[in-house]
Amino acid sequence: MTLFPQGWTHYLVGGLTIGVGVSVLFALTGLIGGMSSVYSSTWSYVIRHPYFQQPPLVKSRAWRLTYATGLIVGALVWWLMFGDGTRVAVSIPPWQLALGGVFVGYGARMSRGCTSGHGICGLASLNWPSLVAVLTFMTTAFITANLLAPAGGR
Amino acid sequence: MRTSALGAGMLFGFGLAFSTMIQPHVVLSFLRGQDMGLMLVLGGAVVVTFFAYRFLPKWLPRPLLGGSFGAHASVMDRSTVIGAAIFGIGWGLAGVCPGPAIAGLGAGSWELLYAIGGIALGALLQGLTSSREVPVARPTP
Repeated sequence: MTLFPQGWTHYLVGGLTIGVGVSVLFALTGLIGGMSSVYSSTWSYVIRHPYFQQPPLVKSRAWRLTYATGLIVGALVWWLMFGDGTRVAVSIPPWQLALGGVFVGYGARMSRGCTSGHGICGLASLNWPSLVAVLTFMTTAFITANLLAPAGGR
Repeated sequence: MRTSALGAGMLFGFGLAFSTMIQPHVVLSFLRGQDMGLMLVLGGAVVVTFFAYRFLPKWLPRPLLGGSFGAHASVMDRSTVIGAAIFGIGWGLAGVCPGPAIAGLGAGSWELLYAIGGIALGALLQGLTSSREVPVARPTP
């Protein structure tokens, strides 16, 4: 058994690059660049409910949306540099992506962080609530993914 | 600020794509114990970010483009844990989390629109059923 059947350098280089991105944002603007907030802050453009009109969401919605756009452009640059000319297809069934997404969105916003907010920004800040959150979502994700595996989900 | 956010996001998105984290089956293979790569991605990102968060506020009076250095807002209550547990169920089901769902579009993975739609719906439901305020990033002392 090997820990990294696909090799390990691309994982480490990719992870370091992600860290540089979060650090550049911090160095230039002082902003903390987690990702899940953009899903709430973007709703503030159209939903009048008081939750979505809170100043932290309204004031950050423009840069968060730009930051998210940067994600797409960055992956496109990767594809242009290293892609094989065909798009990266996803083989997970649509129902799994959509239903999983609902849990992801609800849970991340309730917990106030996701794999980047708690996982990268929170752990890098040595915030222990984020460590608790990471250990919790790793545990439920391990259980869910392994329960699903025999059912044929990829 | 817009250009900074775009450039930082591009590095983030490039890193997600380069590390294959935009591909849900790679995330699921980690969660099933078949490939530990995600630990290197997360670890690499955390180490770099740790040094930035720890030392930049000591070296610089303020961020290079002005303003003030924020701090990660983090509180411990029931929502932090229950929310994380719910998030993990979704992550284990789809192999997708908020950042990679968006980044993957840049590599042509339009199927991720299903995940983005789901995440947006989940975030909407959470906001509509919550009276709690979102945390504010505090300036460092």
